Amino acid sequence: MKVNTIKRHFREGFKNIFRNGWMTVAAVGAVTVTLILVAAFLALMLNLNEMAKNIEDDVEINALIEITADEDEIVALGDQIEQISGVESVAFSSNDEELDKLIESMGEAGESWQLFEQDNPLNHVYIVRAENPADTAPIAEEIQTFDNVHDVNYGQDVVQRLFEFNKYARTIGLVLIVGLIFTATFLISNTIKLTIMARSKEIGIMKLVGATNNFIRWPFFIEGMLLGILGSLLPIAIVLGGYSYISNSIAKSLSLPFVELLPFNPFAWQLSLLIMGIGALIGVWGSVMSVRKFLKV
Amino acid sequence: MIVMQDVYKTYKNGVTALNGINVDIRQGEFVYIVGPSGAGKSTFIKLIYREERPTKGTIVINDKDINQMKEKNVPYLRRDIGVVFQDFKLLPKLSVYENIAFTLEVIEESPRNIRKRVMDVLELVGLKNKARFLPDELSGGEQQRVSIARAIVNHPKIVIADEPTGNLDPETSWEIMRIFEEINARGTTIMMATHSKEIVDTIKKRVIAIEDGVIARDEHRGEYGYES
Repeated sequence: MKVNTIKRHFREGFKNIFRNGWMTVAAVGAVTVTLILVAAFLALMLNLNEMAKNIEDDVEINALIEITADEDEIVALGDQIEQISGVESVAFSSNDEELDKLIESMGEAGESWQLFEQDNPLNHVYIVRAENPADTAPIAEEIQTFDNVHDVNYGQDVVQRLFEFNKYARTIGLVLIVGLIFTATFLISNTIKLTIMARSKEIGIMKLVGATNNFIRWPFFIEGMLLGILGSLLPIAIVLGGYSYISNSIAKSLSLPFVELLPFNPFAWQLSLLIMGIGALIGVWGSVMSVRKFLKV
Repeated sequence: MIVMQDVYKTYKNGVTALNGINVDIRQGEFVYIVGPSGAGKSTFIKLIYREERPTKGTIVINDKDINQMKEKNVPYLRRDIGVVFQDFKLLPKLSVYENIAFTLEVIEESPRNIRKRVMDVLELVGLKNKARFLPDELSGGEQQRVSIARAIVNHPKIVIADEPTGNLDPETSWEIMRIFEEINARGTTIMMATHSKEIVDTIKKRVIAIEDGVIARDEHRGEYGYES
């Protein structure tokens, strides 16, 4: 294909947007509405997912070391834990450090615990993190079987339920997003089909004067892409505006633990790009699929 | 150039349009196709640029059997055949200029050449001052002339016209015939279905008469032979 021909296809694609007037408005409208839904849903899902991941990443195993263990045994235990497959990090925390943490976490009431500084009742601890948070439970169980381990603590019940919940939430979210995009594609390709149906005669004429299928398809391809991109503009504006509003005002005034939204930059921009990409893809797919039927002349 | 052997055409609805056609048209010939309405003239013409395919028989255009031709090669066949359609078949949303330029864009002609050739051909059919008009803004005769301009702009080997003077006043008709004779003189094969006794009997050429789906007459320098 010559450069001039490529230019021609782009020119025609652009012109068709204007030539089709209200049909263009209808198709762009359909893209806009569905993409707003997709965008809102994606923003929600990705944030929930991120929160879940943060919580999961915070999960750590506290392996309490027997008070009777001597220094060599403690080091040996550390090595042993490190050897477990799936362990990301093992950090030693002495009983003094543990006491400091405890006092700190209790705030004012913690001061009374300072009495124990002379006679610390706590154990030394290994803090273990799993590479994959979902492996936490089996790793903890394995550590439990080692010598010199007094007890293992990782908030068993809560963590187990959290993982369970996250797994379902992710699956459901994914299914919903895929379903939404599928519905959007169907809706949009139908609207675009209407605009092309009105031009089926023209496609026939083009074929009769010697145009190849590709020659006819290209402007439609570009037109579909433009429709998709035009349709993504308003959703993107809403994403950028809405997200900056939410992340600036609401999230700060609520300031709940764990509720930390993905930062506006880059998340909102990435989401915008994704929305534009989805729009363009849907537009191209819708128009190319619709032209196909009319090319058999 | 154009060879048909034992060509039959029966449409899906059971209508038999052609009933054993044998014809041989050489490069550079000028042929009138005459005959009553519904005798099969349009079908005969549509077979040549493969808008329709024969039920039986072979059609060879430019040494190519177009019945065996792959679908993707059909556009290239059509580029060698300029067709003036009975219903013009202009693209309604494109201007006169763009309609004619389309045929040249398809063959990836350079924009400079496209401009020059479109303007030349518009001059030839006398529509230079209407280049920016949409087809709907033109009279029937003017649309017909745009259709003719589009058919001849890329210098095809064959020009097929289905009643190209049907909507024209006598004066414009003779003007159109002059154009056809001119491009025929350059070596283009012309095939023209017509109901005009006056034209056929005045500008004497080969006449093929189709009646009831068969060739009833095939005469060089023939006459129209029907009451007008």
